[in-house]
Amino acid sequence: MIALSLGGYLGVQLVVEPQKPDFLIGETTHAHHQIEMECSVCHLEPLGGVAVLQESCVTCHKEELEIAQDSHPRSKFTDPRNADTLAKLDARLCVTCHREHNADITHEMAVTLPQDFCFHCHEGIAEERASHEGMGFETCSSAGCHNYHDNRAIYEKFLVENALGNWVNFDAQLPNRNILSYMATLGIQVPSAQEGSRSVAHLAVDTTQIQNHWESSAHNNSNVTCSTCHGIKDQWVEKPSLETCQDCHVDESAGFLRGKHGMRLAQSLSPMTPRQSLQAHGDLAFKQDSLDTPLGCNSCHDAHSVEVETAAVSSCLNCHDDKHSKSFKASPHGRLWSEFEAGTRAQNSAVSCATCHLPRIEATTFGVKRILVQHNQNDTLKPNEKMIRPVCMSCHSLPFSIDALADPKLIENNFSGQPSLHINSVNMSLERVK
Amino acid sequence: MKYSKQLVLASIVTVGAALSACSESPEMEAAAPAGIDPKVFTDSLFAVMNSDRANYTQLIVQRLGPNVANRIKPDEHWEDMEEGAPLPAQMFRYGAEKVAEQTDDFTYSLQSLWPINKQNAPKTAIETAGLEYIRDNPGQNFYGEEELGGVSYYTAVYPDVAVSPACTSCHNDHIDTPRTDFAIGDVMGGVVIRVPLDM
Repeated sequence: MIALSLGGYLGVQLVVEPQKPDFLIGETTHAHHQIEMECSVCHLEPLGGVAVLQESCVTCHKEELEIAQDSHPRSKFTDPRNADTLAKLDARLCVTCHREHNADITHEMAVTLPQDFCFHCHEGIAEERASHEGMGFETCSSAGCHNYHDNRAIYEKFLVENALGNWVNFDAQLPNRNILSYMATLGIQVPSAQEGSRSVAHLAVDTTQIQNHWESSAHNNSNVTCSTCHGIKDQWVEKPSLETCQDCHVDESAGFLRGKHGMRLAQSLSPMTPRQSLQAHGDLAFKQDSLDTPLGCNSCHDAHSVEVETAAVSSCLNCHDDKHSKSFKASPHGRLWSEFEAGTRAQNSAVSCATCHLPRIEATTFGVKRILVQHNQNDTLKPNEKMIRPVCMSCHSLPFSIDALADPKLIENNFSGQPSLHINSVNMSLERVK
Repeated sequence: MKYSKQLVLASIVTVGAALSACSESPEMEAAAPAGIDPKVFTDSLFAVMNSDRANYTQLIVQRLGPNVANRIKPDEHWEDMEEGAPLPAQMFRYGAEKVAEQTDDFTYSLQSLWPINKQNAPKTAIETAGLEYIRDNPGQNFYGEEELGGVSYYTAVYPDVAVSPACTSCHNDHIDTPRTDFAIGDVMGGVVIRVPLDM
């Protein structure tokens, strides 16, 4: 009877229920634990095998790999001449290197292969590059040298062309955002202010404070009124959803949904919370009173003031309580932000959490360039060399950036000081081309 | 030895035969579709590839590049450059990769005994034999069969000849080139086309 009940319970979960917690076969990585209960995101078919898994990997990660100018795309390995190599390491499939639910063998970048995997194809590298003679296999992907996928900031020509320069440019300024011109490019119209569109008289609450917040907001400056987001009184929406923000903030929302903050919402799951992160891995520190904060647009941006300064620092530090975060305010970057808050420095020359983790990037849509805030905070996070070009080099030299990002202690104290390590890749490149 | 799978040209032959069956030509009625000889297939593919490759090199890279108009900058890292353009060898590879996304009926690649990128050196015995043959016999092609990963292939190797100064100057001056004396008309490498035989 017990066996039958158990079998029935598991059978219903396996076949009927969308979420199957009792069938989770092992701890999920940092990259996917947020959506681990939504099995079908990856397991598109129950018995699909690696081909189906490959399809699901590509569905989510294809675009970012193309943007990263992937150094090892699948297309490099499909020619039959690679048959011998593929027998040792099938580089056509993502799961060859990244096997989910295998915590015991998972290391940095969710790689589950032994660290000598470069050797299978590049064992003769010292014959081409005498400088590589004697280097251990574990040094290939040391910071500042090589990544398997994204080498945009560390390929030889780039290293040579950016080998010189002061370690920091104190006059550096970030570019201005320009969402209105972008919306015009896409043909998105902000509704013109209509009679009554700012009327909230039908609400039986005091909205004075809300109206004050809105009066000083960018939305007010751009003619975005109450009705733009809430609708008019007969169809009043008390709490506009992410879809409402998405109507205008297309790319910002798309970026948010791709990152760890928003990826649960992208799968129609409940919003991510810090507690879920703690329960999954426990190696990120969060403030106790924020553990159940649901992450959506309004968890960082106040719904009515919508000013971005709060979202740039305070919103992050409301939740994140790790050493890097706690060191921000006393760090050189944090002091620049304090000067902005005190009114003695322009925002574009100050540095916030968002400056590095939600950087302003140049995007081109229909041939029109714009400055977009990348709302996928994981886009440049790992491997951290991805941060060099869109973030660090806005103010710092390439050699300094490589060294700084290779220094774990410097990252932990939020870059309070100079790098204690020196990565030799720039020197090696200069030596080879001279 | 015949390539058994109905390929594009085989389809044309089939349709042609079907149409001719409706005609009053008795000698054509006797012609039966018999597939396509892999040599004809690979020769035809190479004719297209070689024409496109020569046209891109001469009409785009040579004419608009630093050697003449200096309006574009052909470079391996063209994506990082405002006026960057793919190198002819990259353009060729992009084509091969796009084809590979669409069909397994054939694959092709550009290889050399003097590769700038060492991954483009010959890997199989047939590739080595083919590249050496076209080096030693200018103007001729090489055909053979080989087994890779348990699959038999018809493998053809065609000479890739320097057609403009854009070819020779880039290869002779590149930091990683193992050869610096290429002249226009020289065989710089080979186009390797493979057709699986066991389909």
